[in-house]
Amino acid sequence: MVVKVYGPIMAACPQRVMACLLEKDVEFEIVHVDLEAEEHKTSDFLLRQPFGQVPAIEDGDFKLFESRAIIRYYAAKYEERGPNLLGNSLEGRALVDQWLEVEAHNFNDLVYTLVLQLVVLPRMGKHGDVVLARSCEQKLEKVFDIYEQRLSNATYLAGDSFTLADLSHLPGIRYLVNDAGMGHLVAERKHVNAWWEAISNRSAWKKLMKLVNY
Amino acid sequence: MTIKLYGAAMSTCTARVLACLHETGAEFELVPVNLLNGEHKQPAFLAKNPFGQIPALEDGDLTLFESRSMSTYVAEKFKGSGGDLLRAQNLKEAALVKTWMEVESQQFSPAISPIFYQFYIVPMQGGSPNQAIIDENSEKLGKVLDVYEKKLGSTKYLAGDFYSLADLHHLSYIYYLMKTPSAKLINERPHVKAWWEDISSRPAFEKVASGLILGEK
Repeated sequence: MVVKVYGPIMAACPQRVMACLLEKDVEFEIVHVDLEAEEHKTSDFLLRQPFGQVPAIEDGDFKLFESRAIIRYYAAKYEERGPNLLGNSLEGRALVDQWLEVEAHNFNDLVYTLVLQLVVLPRMGKHGDVVLARSCEQKLEKVFDIYEQRLSNATYLAGDSFTLADLSHLPGIRYLVNDAGMGHLVAERKHVNAWWEAISNRSAWKKLMKLVNY
Repeated sequence: MTIKLYGAAMSTCTARVLACLHETGAEFELVPVNLLNGEHKQPAFLAKNPFGQIPALEDGDLTLFESRSMSTYVAEKFKGSGGDLLRAQNLKEAALVKTWMEVESQQFSPAISPIFYQFYIVPMQGGSPNQAIIDENSEKLGKVLDVYEKKLGSTKYLAGDFYSLADLHHLSYIYYLMKTPSAKLINERPHVKAWWEDISSRPAFEKVASGLILGEK
């Protein structure tokens, strides 16, 4: 049974899910949701995702939403297959969780706001708030300083191996580096740079980049 | 080995972890962190949480920050008489718990925390609550709670007919909300209200609630 992923392939949160499915070699099919036409706010879509956001998944009878819950589900369901994305022990899992929480609470909002102002709004022909974007950039400098320190003590965020904690950052950092002109945030930090090179060169992520046609 | 929780009993995020510790019966010690003195920004604390936020947790060699990862760890390690807050035995139930934990984290918390900040933190700093911010976020929170109202009309708790970490994560913020005029957001929604009355009357939470003294004179 092929997993259906509802959402535009260009959007960061569906990409988070697709990256995980590719790491685990789980077959999936993208069902496009037209955000500009507000398809995500229709009553049909709200049955899948009551908050009117992408992504949502359908796996046979089983439906889920919230990208970070979906990746945790598939990482657990296919624990034996492919790379172990969850951690090897209770403590290992706790560290993966911790850095996933960091991504969700200390990183994501800043990236989202910055990319909205500098990339998404201009693409829609509107003015982005450059002052707001700059303030996000300054806060991200501090966040990346903390990541730099962490990654000078560990190859990946949760320890020695690539896990969901690293994977969760992939779509957002790609937007920062490739679309928002914020590559310096990564390039100026030796360990963050090495980490980004490693995680963005994984074959699963490269497959996704091809699928999206970047 | 006793778990050490670094934080403040009256803080919402520390209380999130306290609720889980009490619910699971884990032995722990609360080590106060003096926020007024900026202790959370000093090197000793930054070594535990480089983001300079409470709480932090130590269990033997393991140090954790981020309250939701801490509660997940505690819930996995200890299962109290209430059973498994994570529903680990059933992969699909576990996924639903994780989904509604994400909902609390991504939808609920961003809407309620500015309201909490205006009612509780701003006055402590000598200011007055900004009604425009309260109104704007009350509208957002209302929309989130409309989704909860519908969900709780078909299941007793958020992830299903079982109490889980997804419900527990909401306790401290809603407790504080109920003491403000914005309590009507909960009271106006019968299923949400019934759910709140149920989860807040659990004995484990009553132990936490006695420490939630912000705003009291």
